[in-house]
Amino acid sequence: MLLEVQGLTKQFGGVAAVRDVGFQVAEGTIFALIGPNGAGKTTVFNLITGMLRPDAGSINFSGRRLDGLKPYQIAAAGITRTFQNLQLFGGMTVLENVMTGAHIKGKTGFIKAMLRRPGINAEDKQIIEHSMALLGEVGLDGSANLPAAALPFGSQRLLEIARALASGPRLVLLDEPAAGLNSTETRTLAGYLKKLRNNGLTMVLVEHDMETVMEVADRILVLNFGRVIAEGTPAEVQADPKVIRAYLGEDERIA
Amino acid sequence: MGRNKIFTKIKKPFLWPACVVLFMALPLVVDSNYITSVLIVIGLYTIIVQGLGILMGYAGQVSFGHGGFFGLGGYAVAVLTTRYDWPPVLALLAAIALPGLVAAGIGRPALKLREFYLALGTMGFGILIHTMFNEAGKLTGGPSGIAGIPYLSTGGLVFDSDIKFFYLVWAVVLLVLFGINNLIRSRVGRALRAIRESEHAAETAGIDTGKLKLKAFIFSALLAGLAGGLYAFYVTFVSPAPFGFNASVQFVLMAVVGGLGTFFGPLLGATLVVLLGEFLRWAIPLVIPGAGGEYEIVFFGLILVLLMIYRPEGLGTLGKILTSPGKKKPGAAEAGIPGGGRGYEVN
Repeated sequence: MLLEVQGLTKQFGGVAAVRDVGFQVAEGTIFALIGPNGAGKTTVFNLITGMLRPDAGSINFSGRRLDGLKPYQIAAAGITRTFQNLQLFGGMTVLENVMTGAHIKGKTGFIKAMLRRPGINAEDKQIIEHSMALLGEVGLDGSANLPAAALPFGSQRLLEIARALASGPRLVLLDEPAAGLNSTETRTLAGYLKKLRNNGLTMVLVEHDMETVMEVADRILVLNFGRVIAEGTPAEVQADPKVIRAYLGEDERIA
Repeated sequence: MGRNKIFTKIKKPFLWPACVVLFMALPLVVDSNYITSVLIVIGLYTIIVQGLGILMGYAGQVSFGHGGFFGLGGYAVAVLTTRYDWPPVLALLAAIALPGLVAAGIGRPALKLREFYLALGTMGFGILIHTMFNEAGKLTGGPSGIAGIPYLSTGGLVFDSDIKFFYLVWAVVLLVLFGINNLIRSRVGRALRAIRESEHAAETAGIDTGKLKLKAFIFSALLAGLAGGLYAFYVTFVSPAPFGFNASVQFVLMAVVGGLGTFFGPLLGATLVVLLGEFLRWAIPLVIPGAGGEYEIVFFGLILVLLMIYRPEGLGTLGKILTSPGKKKPGAAEAGIPGGGRGYEVN
């Protein structure tokens, strides 16, 4: 297992946003986290990426314990992410966004950069080529020199994915990548995610668009009020009465 | 169109060196000690604001304490040359190193603060240092300061005239300009800008934002110290007055007036604010008889407020001529990438 999460718990004040959540993600698969709003999905992402510290539980990645590390250390370990509310470097160009995503691939330091020692150009050139290739895959290579903020919303989502891929991670966490996309863009996105999986990338996905989730996910974990209520293949989860109840509420009993 | 393009193509490689040569010839042509001294002061402030510009405009962290670092550099030179007979060059190196060390010490806790709190924290530091200059009388000479600082000399070269000092200071400005131009177009420059844009995203891209902010802070303190050391050698006298809170505010004003995150912003900002200060020093007593320098800060504050309301991006983005040399794509400069067109050629 590439990612093993055990007994993950996080309290905000008296409220347990995530309580005793555990799951395992196999290498080369797409694993989806679903659940109603406030179920704790994004909190799980924030815990895995080190933006929040868990109150209890452990996160093991490729046999290495990650909980307690800082976000940049977790990125260096091979986990990157996208954000539900986009966090692009809006004033930087599209290409620079991806190049910055490849930060850990470079070595140039403060002083070396100022003196512009030979080798820096070679390093930059390599990162540019790599970044342009990634942009080509999401169809943004033509916009490479535009400010990221000038891109349409759908393209910004794709750019965030390209940036998350730039460091060559083994696991990418995608927080609602289809939110705000129209149906054509969503289809393209789903196709792209499947292609990435076929190339061996592992992904954890938080998504509200069930059609996309059912199409791309190998396994699904359902959260409600911070707890795991079901886990299984898309077919299993869809048939689970607990999941149906969580999504539809218990109105039918009253009626 | 086409002809115009060729014209600029021929001219461009020579344009900036020509400007530099013309500027460097200025004190030889204009035989005025006053103008030369104003140009030296502009140069010294430009060095400080260049460093502050990296911290504020790229890493996105404010400091209202750089008057303190400026002063540490000045006093390092004054104390070491007059009390301990250090050779001037060594004293100047100490003037760079001391603020750097202090910044390294206070930077980690200080940079955990954000925005207003960081502004207040650094302001407190600046006031603390300034108070120390006033009160540590045995070491610093108290309010009357330290006089008799020798000229800066190395080998047979003695910087004993305004013209020599002019060349020294502006050579440093050009050197720093060169270094910063390289820095901001590098991996480190991208990482710095990423912090300003979104610290969360920068962290998850693998950037150790805490460490990088600290480096930018130290870098800006080193440059402020260098300027302080040069200042001490230039006026051969230091007292607490030029290193107080007013100075810190002026540096921030210069950085903002020039335009944060722009290549020529520091140069432009330092020039405009120094010239304005000179103007006010002449004009205020005409309007308010008997008024002293304390009224300047009122005007500076007023300008800062007006600028924040009407032109928060500063004046550096006003005209095309003010953008960096080598710029090809207009979009790049607007995105805050000096020379952006040149740095990222893609086949």
